Amino acid sequence: MTESARVIAADVTARRRSAVEIARATLAAIDTRNPTLNAFVETFSERTLAAAEIIDRRIAAGESLPLAGVPVALKDNLCLGPDLSTPGDGLGFGGRTTCASRILEHYRSPYTATAVQRLIDAGAVIVGKTNLDEFGMGSSTERSIFGPTRNPHDPTRVAGGSSGGSAAAVAAGLVPLALGSDTGGSIRQPASHCGVVGLKPTYGRVSRFGLVAYASSLDQIGPLAANVADAALALDVLVAHDPLDATSSTRVAPRWGTELNSPAAPRRVGIPRQARGPGVHPGVAATLERALERFRAVGAAIVEIDLPLTDHAIAAYYIIATAEASSNLARFDGVRYGRRAALAEGESLLDLYCRSRGEGFGDEVKRRILLGTHVLSAGYYDAYYATAQKVRRRVHDDYARAFMDCGVILSPAAPAPAFRLGEKTADPLAMYLEDVFTVGVNLAGLPAAVVPAGVVQAGGASLPVGVQLIAPAFEETRLLAAAATLEQALAA
Amino acid sequence: MPSPDVTDAHLRHLATLSRLTLTDAETPGLRESLAAIIAYVDRLRDLDLAGVQPMTRPGDEPAPLADDVPNAAISVDTLRAIAPAMHGDYIAVPKVLGDGGGA
Repeated sequence: MTESARVIAADVTARRRSAVEIARATLAAIDTRNPTLNAFVETFSERTLAAAEIIDRRIAAGESLPLAGVPVALKDNLCLGPDLSTPGDGLGFGGRTTCASRILEHYRSPYTATAVQRLIDAGAVIVGKTNLDEFGMGSSTERSIFGPTRNPHDPTRVAGGSSGGSAAAVAAGLVPLALGSDTGGSIRQPASHCGVVGLKPTYGRVSRFGLVAYASSLDQIGPLAANVADAALALDVLVAHDPLDATSSTRVAPRWGTELNSPAAPRRVGIPRQARGPGVHPGVAATLERALERFRAVGAAIVEIDLPLTDHAIAAYYIIATAEASSNLARFDGVRYGRRAALAEGESLLDLYCRSRGEGFGDEVKRRILLGTHVLSAGYYDAYYATAQKVRRRVHDDYARAFMDCGVILSPAAPAPAFRLGEKTADPLAMYLEDVFTVGVNLAGLPAAVVPAGVVQAGGASLPVGVQLIAPAFEETRLLAAAATLEQALAA
Repeated sequence: MPSPDVTDAHLRHLATLSRLTLTDAETPGLRESLAAIIAYVDRLRDLDLAGVQPMTRPGDEPAPLADDVPNAAISVDTLRAIAPAMHGDYIAVPKVLGDGGGA
């Protein structure tokens, strides 16, 4: 059972427990469990304990810190400087940020991501970096130079991805809170597969400064947590306008953490016709119906909505995401930082680019760069990229139309529970279809949360299944109230 | 334009544009998977998208220009320490003029 971040912060604030003893226990638990799970790719034992000591001193001096002493794990595509404790400008020089890629295997971040710095400033104690699919490109956390992360509920199965290390770390009770990033479902699908809460905020809510870019019109940072209120507390800390990210919203954020004490049940919950279609695992379908029943029991009306482009959205997503990736990943060229190939006498700068990238990127990253290059290349741009952007508009408009009839939408997070390690690695397209219920949210820029909603028997294992709630842009208040309502109704 | 067959020649062309060296061992798998993915995404051609405006990113907030004022910067020593090869105060690369060109 994962301990609540709010309980830890309250205990440290009241000095019932020290941040140091919590950090020590966290590091010991990681040492015990990580050899099996492979959720963490790096931990910072001495620096973590030093940071925890500083938190204890600040609390003793009377400071009030919303995340006092809360151990936090970071997906390893978030930059972290050397100092894990000091509020400040984030400049420095420190821990590795590998993106689980050979090309950044020894890269050390010269600065700290804004989202990470905000957690540190709020009293969080960073304990380590978590595993991911290389550059966030995958749905299973198997495509990592560090090897696959294993699902805590069944180590023969995947944790989901790409934020699989963060999801597994929270699910195994190693940390109460972790950060992930979500480009097409990378927070929500692993949250569902591991049985934790995963929150993808509205596009623009959380600064991406210091998040290694995959697809810039889709990427968003968010928390994975043991419960909805902890995710809301993390969001409170994470959200603020950041001039260092041009897409960072200037909208004033409510205090979500304090609004969840008695959440208002949604009046109308929309269920997409497509969520009940063929291809959804019977256990996932039953979990979805049970969640609908709970909403009905607290007085919500259930309305069927239509998201007719659910299947087309995934095609549009893989065109847009790979096009943006082919551009974003052009920066990794072996020149200024990262891996450089050893050249033979007489080899050129072009050889340096091509060989550094050829040796440094894994199969899936190469596939997506090549696909992105194809859809952007002369003669194909209109047929693919421009078409996908029009489909994106239609997907966005379909959601807007649906929200005229309901306050929140309920859908599966993934079509089936966690699959076996190796089951889909040979078939990239099958892996892409894992994202069928999540990519539309990124295309439209909406906030969405996954809440654990049941346990399914599959292949002799008991596997958690989450359901996804979706709200209109910047309606995290409504989203979190619906998520907390469902969480409470399922626990009753 | 109809989808191309993903031939070895087309894959080599994409690899050149992508600045990627591909090994002989990885080429067949990449070619087959790209062909399958391109065949899948071709379903977008079935949609009637006449009059639909492309959407480049979510949201309606304008992307602001930053004020033209100096900020704290990453130090030269830090940048030097993460560079793969230095030549004095410069990052070293193979020569690009004369017979070293082509990049």
